[in-house]
Amino acid sequence: MVKRVLLAAAGLLAVLWFAAAPADAGKKDDTLVWATDRDNPIVDPYYLNTRELVVIGHEVWDTLVIIDPKTAEIKPLLATKWNWVNATTLEMTLRQGVKFHSGKVMDADDVVYTLNHASNKDNAIANYALLSWIKNVEKIDANNIRINLNRPFPPALAYLGGLGFIMQKGHYDSAPVKPDGKKDFGAVKPNGTGPYKVTEVKPGESILMEKNPDYFKDGFKGDPKISKIKFRTIKDGNTRVAELMTGAVDWLWDVPKDQAERIAANPAIRVENAKTLRISYLQFDVTGVSGQKFFTDKRVRQAVAHAVDRASLTKNLVGPASVAIDAACHPDQFACSSDVAKYPYDPAKAKALLKEAGYPDGFEFDLYAYRDREYTEAVIGDLAKVGLRAKLNYVQYTAYVENVHKGRTPLAHGTWGSNSVPDVSACTGQFFLLGPDDLAKDAEVKALIDEADSLTDPDKRKAVWQKALGRIAAEAYWVPLFTYAKYYAYSKDLDFTPTSDEIPQFFAAKWK
Amino acid sequence: MLAFASKRLGVALLVALTVSLITFSMIHVSGDPALAIAGEGAGAETIEAIRKFYGFDRPIAVQYLDWLSGALHGDFGRSYTLRQPVADVIFARLPVTIALGAAAIGFALVLAIPLGVLAAVKPNSLADRLALTLAVVGQAMPTFWFALTLILWLGVNWRLLPITGSDSWQNFVMPAIALGYYVTPAVMRLTRAGVLEVLASDYIRTARAKGLRPMTVLFKHALRNAIIPVVSLAAVQFGFMLGGSIVIETIFQINGLGYLAWESIQRKDLPTMQAIVLVLAVIYVTLTLAADLLNAFLDPRLRVA
Repeated sequence: MVKRVLLAAAGLLAVLWFAAAPADAGKKDDTLVWATDRDNPIVDPYYLNTRELVVIGHEVWDTLVIIDPKTAEIKPLLATKWNWVNATTLEMTLRQGVKFHSGKVMDADDVVYTLNHASNKDNAIANYALLSWIKNVEKIDANNIRINLNRPFPPALAYLGGLGFIMQKGHYDSAPVKPDGKKDFGAVKPNGTGPYKVTEVKPGESILMEKNPDYFKDGFKGDPKISKIKFRTIKDGNTRVAELMTGAVDWLWDVPKDQAERIAANPAIRVENAKTLRISYLQFDVTGVSGQKFFTDKRVRQAVAHAVDRASLTKNLVGPASVAIDAACHPDQFACSSDVAKYPYDPAKAKALLKEAGYPDGFEFDLYAYRDREYTEAVIGDLAKVGLRAKLNYVQYTAYVENVHKGRTPLAHGTWGSNSVPDVSACTGQFFLLGPDDLAKDAEVKALIDEADSLTDPDKRKAVWQKALGRIAAEAYWVPLFTYAKYYAYSKDLDFTPTSDEIPQFFAAKWK
Repeated sequence: MLAFASKRLGVALLVALTVSLITFSMIHVSGDPALAIAGEGAGAETIEAIRKFYGFDRPIAVQYLDWLSGALHGDFGRSYTLRQPVADVIFARLPVTIALGAAAIGFALVLAIPLGVLAAVKPNSLADRLALTLAVVGQAMPTFWFALTLILWLGVNWRLLPITGSDSWQNFVMPAIALGYYVTPAVMRLTRAGVLEVLASDYIRTARAKGLRPMTVLFKHALRNAIIPVVSLAAVQFGFMLGGSIVIETIFQINGLGYLAWESIQRKDLPTMQAIVLVLAVIYVTLTLAADLLNAFLDPRLRVA
C-alpha cells in the first residue's frame, strides 16, 4: 500500500517535471519580456499616461523630434529640420519614406491631424495641459508643416519630443462610441511608425510587440535587434522577482533596494541603479489655509530644511545614483540651477530657529504622503529630533492630490516626474503658477516664471529662472529633498543601458 | 420543512442586501470618486464634468437605489477603467476563480479526509496528534508566506511548476495548495469526529461481526455516513475560498475574480468593486443556504428556523 502510494507520487513528480510549461522568454525565444505591477488596458499613449505607455509609445510610435537622454539635446526623428520663424511660429520639414505599420507613407497630413487632435480640448487627451500651448498646425506642403503657438513657449520642442507621438490621419475616426455618446479614442487599434508594432493585446495581462521590418534605419532609434517585446502585468513584487529568476521575465525596474542587493548575487541577473527625472520634496502650506499656521513663518520652514538629513536618506534608503537637491527642480532639467540658498543639515540651528519663532518645544502637525513610506518615515524621524512631531496621513495618490488641492496639508511630502521632460517648466511650473498645486501663492514668483517662459533666448531664460528659483529657495517654500534613482534588474544575456529619462530604450537593446 | 426553507431564504436575501448596502456606503465615504477617475493632474473642470456625468452629485440613497435596480436586471454598470460592462468582466473571470476554489477545496479534502480517518481509527495516539498538527499548521501559516515559499521551492529552485498565469492545469497546483491548506484542520476535525461517532454505532459492530475487511467497514460503511456534515462544511468553505482568493490570485497572477477585486480597489473602479462584493456575497449566501437546507433535510432535528 505504502509502496503504491510512493510510486504514484514519484510518477506524479516526473510528469510535473517534464510537463512544466517552458518560459516563452529570453534569448532563445528572441523575446524580451518585461513586467511591472500596473495593468495597461489601453494601448494609446494619448489616452493612458502611465509610465509603461510612455515607454511603449516610443517603441510603437515616433515623435517629430526626440530628446537624447545622454545630452538633453533635441535630435531629429520624424522631422529632419526645424526653424522658429518667430516666438509663436515653428516650421518643420518631415523625413520622407517613413511608413506606418498599416503601410501608408507618413506625410504632413498625418502630423497636422495628430497635433490638431491632441491640442483640441474636446478630445480630452490625458496630457492635454502639456500640449495646450499649440494653437493649431497647418500643412505647408506634403513634407512641411507649421505649428502655431498661442503664446511663446520655449520648451515646445522638448514637449513634442516627449509626448507628441504621430498617428495616421483619420486614426481616431474609427473609434467606437461609448454609451454616453462620446467616442472611445483609446480603443482604436494601435498603428504607428515606430520600430515595433503591436500584434496582440490581452487587456490587463500583456501587450505583445514585434519588430517592424520596414522601420527607417538611419534615424535616432537605429535598427531594432530584438524580434519581440512583451509587456506583462505581474502585481506582486516577489512574484516578479521569482519570474526574473526562472527566466520567465527578462527585465524589471523599480526593484526595492533590499531585494535588488540580494538579486545582484545571482549570476544570471544584472542589477543597476540609475537616476531618473523624478524628485522628492516637502511642500509647505505657506498661506496657512490648512488651519495649522506654523509654516506661515519663514523661520519655521527654514528650521525644517535644516532638520532633514538628506545625505543620509539618499545613501541609506534610495540608492547610489540618488543625490540631494537644493532647488525646486531636477538638476538635469534645462534652466534648473543649484546656485540658490542652501540649508545644510544642522539640527542645532533648526532648534534655534524654532525657538526664535516662538516654538522652543516644537509642535505637532499633520504630514501627508502617498509613496515610498520608508522615506517619509525617515523624514519624520529627523523632524522629531528637533521637536517637530508629525502625524502621518499616508494615503492613496488621488486622495493626496485632493488634500493638497483643498488646502488641507500643512506639510506634504510629494514626488514629481515632470513627464520625463528635461525642462524646468515641467517641474517648477506645475507648483508655482498659482494653480491648485501651488501652496505658496507667491505672485512675484509667478511673474518671474511667466517672464522666463516668454523668452526664447536660452541664456536670458536661464537668468530669469535663476531669479525665480532663488526666491523660492530664499523663502523656503519647499524643502527639495533628493532625486529618485531606480533599481533595474535584467537578464545578463541582455545588452541594455538604463537612461535617466525613465524611458528604457528597448529599441536599442540586443542579446549578447 | 417548507416553512424552514422559506425563512432561511428570507434571511439569506436580507444578508445579501445588507452586504451590498454597507459596501456601497463604505466605498463612497473613502474619497471623492470623481477625482479617482480623473487621475493625476486633472483640472477642476474635468473633475466637475466627471462628477455630473456619473451622477455623483446626486444624494447617496438615490445613487444606491439606481445601482440596485440595475443589478437586479444583471446590469452592474460599466467599469471605469476596463471600458466594458462590469457584468461581462465578472462573468469572464468567474470561471477561473471557481476552478481555483474547486482545486483548493479538492486538495483540502484529499489531505484532510484521510488524516481525519487515520486520527479516528487511532484516537489519542501519536498518529492522531501528528495528523492534527499537520492540519493545524495549515491554518496557522500566513497564506501569502506559504505561497511565496511554494514559489521559491517548487517554482524557482526546483523548476517543477510554472509560477504565474492560468494557462494550464499545472498553474493551479501551487495556488490550490496554498489556498486549500488553510481549511484542512476544520475538515479534518469534523471527519475525525464523525468517523469516531459512527465507528461506535451498532451497524458497524454488525459489519465487523459479519467478518467484513476493516477497509471495507471503514470506507464503504462508516465514512459514507460520517461524511455528510463534511460535505456541508466543504460547501461553505468553497464560498470562503472564492472570497479569500484575492491574495493567492494576486501572488500567482491568476486573472480571476479575486485579482479583479484587488485591481478595482487600487483603481477605485467603484461599479466593479460593488458588483464583485455583491456576486461573492450572493454565492456565499447561496452555498450556506444550500448547506443549511441539506443538513435540515438529512436531520430533521435541525429544522428549527
